[in-house]
Amino acid sequence: MPLLFLAIPLIAVVVLNVLYRLVNGRLALWCAAAVAALQTGLGAYALGVCLKTGTAYSDTRIGLLSVDTLSAAALLTIGLVSLVSLLVAFSAEKEQKHNFANIVLLAMAGMNGVALVRDLFTLYIFIEVTSAASFILIGFHRERGELEGAFKYYIQSTVATIAMLTATAFVFLYVGDTSFTGVAYYIRQASMSGGLPYGITIALILYTAGFAVKSGAVPFHAWVPDAYSASSAPVSVLLSGIVTKISGVYVLMRFFRDVFGSAKAVGNILMLLGIVSILVGAFAAIGQKQFKRMLAYSSISQIGYILLGLGTGSTLGFFAALLHFFNHASFKSLLFVDAAAVEQQTGLTDMDKMGGLSDRMPVTGWSSVAAFLSTAGIPPLSGFWSKLFIIIAVWRVSPVLALVALLAGVVTLAYMLVIQKKVFFGKTPPELADVREAGANFKAAEILLTLVNIGVGAAIPFLLNFLLPLL
Amino acid sequence: MSLPVIIVLLVSLVACAILCIVCPNLIKAALWMAGMSAILALIMFLLGAPLAAAFELSVCAGLIPVIFISASSMTKITSREEQEEKRKERHRRFVYLPFLLITLGTVLLFVLWPHVSVLLPDTFLTPGSATAQQILWNRRQVDLVGQIVIILVGVYADIVFFKGVREK
Amino acid sequence: MNVLFYVFLVAVALLLTTGIYCLIASHNFVRILLSIEILAKATTLLMIVVGYVSGHMAQAQAYVLTIIVIEVVLLVVATGLVLGIYRDTDVLDTRKLRNLKG
Repeated sequence: MPLLFLAIPLIAVVVLNVLYRLVNGRLALWCAAAVAALQTGLGAYALGVCLKTGTAYSDTRIGLLSVDTLSAAALLTIGLVSLVSLLVAFSAEKEQKHNFANIVLLAMAGMNGVALVRDLFTLYIFIEVTSAASFILIGFHRERGELEGAFKYYIQSTVATIAMLTATAFVFLYVGDTSFTGVAYYIRQASMSGGLPYGITIALILYTAGFAVKSGAVPFHAWVPDAYSASSAPVSVLLSGIVTKISGVYVLMRFFRDVFGSAKAVGNILMLLGIVSILVGAFAAIGQKQFKRMLAYSSISQIGYILLGLGTGSTLGFFAALLHFFNHASFKSLLFVDAAAVEQQTGLTDMDKMGGLSDRMPVTGWSSVAAFLSTAGIPPLSGFWSKLFIIIAVWRVSPVLALVALLAGVVTLAYMLVIQKKVFFGKTPPELADVREAGANFKAAEILLTLVNIGVGAAIPFLLNFLLPLL
Repeated sequence: MSLPVIIVLLVSLVACAILCIVCPNLIKAALWMAGMSAILALIMFLLGAPLAAAFELSVCAGLIPVIFISASSMTKITSREEQEEKRKERHRRFVYLPFLLITLGTVLLFVLWPHVSVLLPDTFLTPGSATAQQILWNRRQVDLVGQIVIILVGVYADIVFFKGVREK
Repeated sequence: MNVLFYVFLVAVALLLTTGIYCLIASHNFVRILLSIEILAKATTLLMIVVGYVSGHMAQAQAYVLTIIVIEVVLLVVATGLVLGIYRDTDVLDTRKLRNLKG
């Protein structure tokens, strides 16, 4: 079963290229969207099975690939966000649909690989696959802004990768093996019998720093606003919704729980990174004029919440971080889809020039309200539950940080209200009087994500008796 | 494989790296990079990694300089005055590098030398008797799948970025 | 063995410093790519040394082969980006990256 997640996107790429003459752009996008939908379904099924029975799927035919709760949630999120990104590409991507579909499929294969492997070095390989595919996607139309954003991302991402490789070399020196189980065993033994060797401590620091760069946590967040705002519509959705999270946050979650054994020191560093990201992201978002840039800073802030919840080291914190991982993918992607719809229909990205678009673009407007409520953490939408669980988990470790996070939620509400007021409600400027609703593909993506947000939010109370042991 | 030989090779490796980055001509810089790769391949061979040495020599001392030289040759040639100006500015920026390296090297070598034993582990696990080829093909096939995927991504990079350049 | 390992570590540290210094101090895109290559070489050297010292040379070689392949592909992608910027602006200077601010 894990092998399917790697094999299906690759087979699709091969098929699309072998049948190149027969397949035009739209058909390629349909094919890729079908693969993404299939992955969403398989991921949801695997997640359900893993949650209910607590066991994981393993496959050792080509080396260890396995699907447990964390991986299943990641695979589900990858499928969902890729599906939405491909839907947006139907109208946003004018000329190179075929190339776009293929590269997104390759990126999906890379991200699935990151979620499936259980070895430090293989993880590096698939992170590089994801990064390479995302550089190509960001610079896809070879326009200047896109290429510059991609280049900035490239420099910082590669330095992070070098840090990761150096750390892997040190770990290999001490452990002689790079699999997660081997390293975790070694660290457990070493912690019990006298403390970690210096080399392993250096490796831990390098890993944390490297993946903090990749997830866009403060102070390593410099590439995030440029890359998110410069890339084209479907790529922004993919980038913010999943690429940053898989190559940075997912890996931190996996490392923290399975490899480092939830070490207290690392947990404290993660909580510090988290709280700083929340504050810097939230306050920086308020002053932004461009829609996509504000959303980029908002992403930095939300990733801070995930790191904060993860750093507590408790099971509740981990589950809350995982839930926020999925929720952020759904509401942030929805916001980026709305931004893309607005940009396509009005040609603008500057929020001061917009206004009252909710009358002219009802589906976009109302879905953005759903996304806004979810981001700000207002019940009964999904964002409320994950924020609540994170704050409860943090409260048990440090009430001060929980209070700060709660207050930052107010700032989140503030900047989300700014977007709503400036873009969708308020007065319509005369130039925008005859703007119409975006096409069917945009509407489908928006409705899908709105349903996900509302659905998850409504379903959580029913799962409470399953969740209560964690609380 | 004695210590003096290794020290000579490492010093020349770092020297090539410095020459590579201070050299004003990009094509010469790519050639210094190829020199670095050759020295690295020699070191690898001496340490008992012939397969990696051959790979490094053919790919990094062959393919990568070709990529760099073709990339640099597509860029503009600067005029004489601009070159002089750039050279002065570059000197100003890079003059700190040798001092930084010498300071760092001295600190690491002589000040922290007594503490080096903390970096090496006490006991080493016994290595298996497999060769590199066996490990790669029998036990780490996922790595090979990853390599295939990234080569496909490279092909798409070629399609997306270089199509227009060829037409030009 | 101790001494040898330490000398190699110092060399790797110097190479990493050189690479990062050049990355920060350069204005030319192609030179930035060169400095990233230097960083990659340093990592390759570290991996081989670790393999030599710990005796797991076969596995270290398998890692190094993969690292080299990935490094080449990423270089191709980066060169594509740089050439794209050059074709658009005719200049390879990071000081001219004024398009994205804030």
